[in-house]
Amino acid sequence: MARIVLSGNLRLYTEGVAELELESGSIRSLIRELRRRYPDIPEDIEDELAVSIDGVLHQDDWFAKIGPDSEVHLLPRISGG
Amino acid sequence: MAAAVEKIFNDTITDRETRDKTLKWVGTRAPRPDGVDKVTGRAKFGADTYLPNMLYGKVLRSPHAHARIRSIDLSKALALPGVKAAVTRDDFPDQPEGAVQPAGEMVINYRDMTRNIMAREKALYEGHAVAAVAAVNERVAGQALSLIEIDYEVLPHVIDVEEAMKPGAPLVREDLITEGVEPVPEAPSNIAKRVEFGHGDLDAGFAQADVTIERSFKTQPVHQGYIEPHACLASFSEDGQAELWCSTQGHYVARGHCARLLQMDVSKLRVTCSEIGGGFGGKTVVYLEPVALALSRKACKPVKMVMTREEVFRASGPTSGTSMDVRIGATKEGRITAGEAILKFQAGAFAGSPVPAAAMCAFAPYDLENVRTIGFDVLCNRPKVAAYRAPGAPLGEYAVESVIDELAKNLNLDPLEFRLQNAAKEGSDSSYGPKFGPIGCVETLEVAQNHDHYLSSLKPGQGRGVASGYWFNIGGQTSATLNLCEDGSVALVVGTPDIGGTRASLAMMAAESLGIELDKVRPLIGDTSALGYNMLTGGSRVTFAGGIAVHGAATDMIYQLRERAAATWDIPVDDVEWHGGQAVAVNGYKEQEGPMGLLDIAKDMAKSGGPIVGRCSTNAQGAGPSFGCHIVDVDVDKETGKVSIARYTVIQDAGKAVHPGYVEGQYQGGAVQGIGWALNEEYIYDENGKVENAGFLDYRVPVCSDVPMIDTVIIEVPNPTHPYGVRGVGETPLVPALAAISNAVENALDIRFTELPMSPPRVLAAIESAG
Repeated sequence: MARIVLSGNLRLYTEGVAELELESGSIRSLIRELRRRYPDIPEDIEDELAVSIDGVLHQDDWFAKIGPDSEVHLLPRISGG
Repeated sequence: MAAAVEKIFNDTITDRETRDKTLKWVGTRAPRPDGVDKVTGRAKFGADTYLPNMLYGKVLRSPHAHARIRSIDLSKALALPGVKAAVTRDDFPDQPEGAVQPAGEMVINYRDMTRNIMAREKALYEGHAVAAVAAVNERVAGQALSLIEIDYEVLPHVIDVEEAMKPGAPLVREDLITEGVEPVPEAPSNIAKRVEFGHGDLDAGFAQADVTIERSFKTQPVHQGYIEPHACLASFSEDGQAELWCSTQGHYVARGHCARLLQMDVSKLRVTCSEIGGGFGGKTVVYLEPVALALSRKACKPVKMVMTREEVFRASGPTSGTSMDVRIGATKEGRITAGEAILKFQAGAFAGSPVPAAAMCAFAPYDLENVRTIGFDVLCNRPKVAAYRAPGAPLGEYAVESVIDELAKNLNLDPLEFRLQNAAKEGSDSSYGPKFGPIGCVETLEVAQNHDHYLSSLKPGQGRGVASGYWFNIGGQTSATLNLCEDGSVALVVGTPDIGGTRASLAMMAAESLGIELDKVRPLIGDTSALGYNMLTGGSRVTFAGGIAVHGAATDMIYQLRERAAATWDIPVDDVEWHGGQAVAVNGYKEQEGPMGLLDIAKDMAKSGGPIVGRCSTNAQGAGPSFGCHIVDVDVDKETGKVSIARYTVIQDAGKAVHPGYVEGQYQGGAVQGIGWALNEEYIYDENGKVENAGFLDYRVPVCSDVPMIDTVIIEVPNPTHPYGVRGVGETPLVPALAAISNAVENALDIRFTELPMSPPRVLAAIESAG
C-alpha cells in the first residue's frame, strides 16, 4: 500500500493523523478516500494542494498514478514569481 | 495528444540521453528573436498601445494607512468638462466570503482581490485605490481626482509584523480568525494562518548537538523593482465584449481575474500581453486592468491607465517584511543534528504571504533527521504582498544560511565543506517531506569549492561569504501550436509572456525537435483567443512546461508530416521516419522514394490534406527543483559603512541550459536583485504608516556601477521528466544572495548582521558600536 504523508495543516482535519497507508490508484481517488475517512477535510482541498508522488511534484493532476509502493506527500500548493 | 503521438513523445523522454549527444540548437547561444525590436525601440510595452478616441484613467488613492470610508462623492468630478466616467467600490460587485478558486498557479480569494483593486469598507494601506476617473486627457483626469470628496474615519494602523501579532494590535480585518491552530481561536487577530513542516525529534536532535546557535533576524519589505510600471489599455464595446492590452506575466490569468471581478464571460474578454519591462512576480496579479475595463464599460470608449513610479511603490505588490528566529545544532564533527525556524511574514492588507514556501525552502539544501519550520502569515496596513522571485525562499534561507555560516565558523570548518557534509542529495528526505529525486545540490557545492573565485586570496579588508539556495520550480497548463507555412517555415505560437528569453528557448526546442534550421521558426506570443489556456510566466516554469508543449506540438506535427509523406508514397506510415527535418522511407521502401523535406510537404499540403498544425495542450508535471550556491567578496568602507561587491559568482543547476546566454542572464539578474535586497532596498514608513521613499531616488536599487561582472557556472543535472532535461532557472538565483552577502560582511568585519538591509547607516552604526 502507498505511504501517504500529510504535511502542513492537513493534520488538523485528520484528528492529528500525519501518516497512513492507503491503496489509491490516483491523486483523485486518494483525495476522495481521505475525505471519506476524514469528513472535516474541505471539499475544495485539492485546489490548495501539491502532491509529491515518489519525489515528483504534481499540481492539479487528478489522474497521476500512485503505485502500490509509492510514497506520497500532500503539500501546500506551490506558486512562484 | 493522439495515442500514437503520445507514445512517440514518451519515447523521446526515455531516449533523452541519446538525443542529447546530437543536439544542434539546444545548448547554443542563438540570436535573440526579440533583440532587434528591443534595441531599435520597436518593441511595444504596456504603455505603447493607442486607440482612436482613447481616454486616460487615473486612480485616487487613500492618503491614510487605515481608514473607514464613510462616503464617496463623485458629483463635482463628474461635472468637470472632459470627464467621461468615474468608478468606485459600487462598480465592482462584491464577491462572497469563500470566493476562493485556483487561477493560474495561485489560489485566489476574490473577496480580497475585489477589495484590493478598489477599497470597499476601509482603505487598508496608504495608496489603496478608492476611486478612478477617465477623462479626455491626463491633466483633466488629475484635476477630476482633486474634486472627489471622500469622508474618511482614520483608524489606528500597524505596519511591523511583530507589532501586528500582538494582542490589542489594530485589526486590519475585524473578523479574521487564525487558520491552522487548535483549538480554533475565539478572538480575531491579524494572524491569518499558521503553517508547520518538518520531521524527526527536535529535542533529541538538539540533545545530540555539541554546538547550538540561535539567532533572530529581521528584514524590511522590498519591491520587485521592475522598470516598467503597470500599464494597460482597455476597450469595452456596447455589446459586452472587451479587449485589453497590458503588461502582465500572464494574460490568460489576467483575463480570468478581470472577467470574475466584472462578472462577464471569460470568452468575451480578449487579452493581449505587451512586451514586459520586468515583473519578477509582481505582475502576476491585476491592479489597473479591471479598473480600466470598468471605466471603459461606463464611458464606451477605450481607457488607458499607467501607474506612476510612486503609485507602483505605494500600491503594487511588495514583498513581506519579516521577523525570523532560527536555531541549529551540530556535532563538533560537523553533522547537523537539528534545525528549527520560526518565520513571521507580513502579508499586507490581505492574507497570503509566501511564508509556506519560505518554511518549506528554509532547510531544503540539507539532509536533516530532525527539522521543523513554523510560519505565520500576518496582516498589516501595507499593500498585499505579491510574488517576488522564489517567493519567500530568499528570506527563510537568509536566516538559516546565516546560522549555518556561524556554526561552520564556530566549529572551525570550511563553510562549503560544512554544507557538503550535510547537503541534500538524491534520496534525501527534504525538510518539507518528499524524497528528492536527481538534484544538483552537491554538484553546486563541489564546483564552488574548486572554483578559482573560492581558491583566490582576498585583499586586505575584504570578506568572503557563501550560501546555498533552493527553489521547487513548477509546471502547469501550457499550450503551443506549430503552424507549417507554405514555404516550409514554421510559426510557433505560445501563450506565455516572454520575460526571460523564452521565445528563444522555445523556438530552439521546436527547431531541435523538428530537425530544422532555427531561423525557419518564428516564435510569437498569441493573445488569449489564439490558444488553449496558459498559466502565467512565473515559478520558473515556461522553459520547462513550454518545452514540453513545444516538443509535444513538434511530435504531433512530425506524425502528420510522416502521414503526408506515407500517403504520397503510398506506403504505411510506420515505414516512414523523420530524420534531420525530412521524411525518410525505411524498411523495404528505403530505395523506393527519396527523402521528402519540410518544403516539399508544405508546398503540396493543400493537395495532400490541408493545413498542417502541430498542437499540444498539457498540464506539465514533474518540474525539477533547482539548487544554487553563491560566492561573494565584499569591501566595507569603515568610514561610511558602505558595502561594495568586489567579486560575485553564481553556481546553479539548470538541468539543461537551452540557451546558456539567457540562463546566465537569469543568474546574474537574480544576484543583482539580491545585492539590492541585502544592501540598500527597504520601504521606510513614517509614524502615520506612509511610505517615505516611493521613488528610485530614495529607494535605492543597484545600478551598473554597484555591481561587478557576475561570473556564472551552469551545472547540468538533467530533469528526467523533461524531453531536454530542463529545470527552471529564474528564481533560484535570488535565493542564496542575501545570506551570501551577509556572510561576506561578517567575514570582513567580524560582525554578524541579523537585519537587512545592511545599508551604510546600519553598517556604520554596527562598526562604531563594536568599537
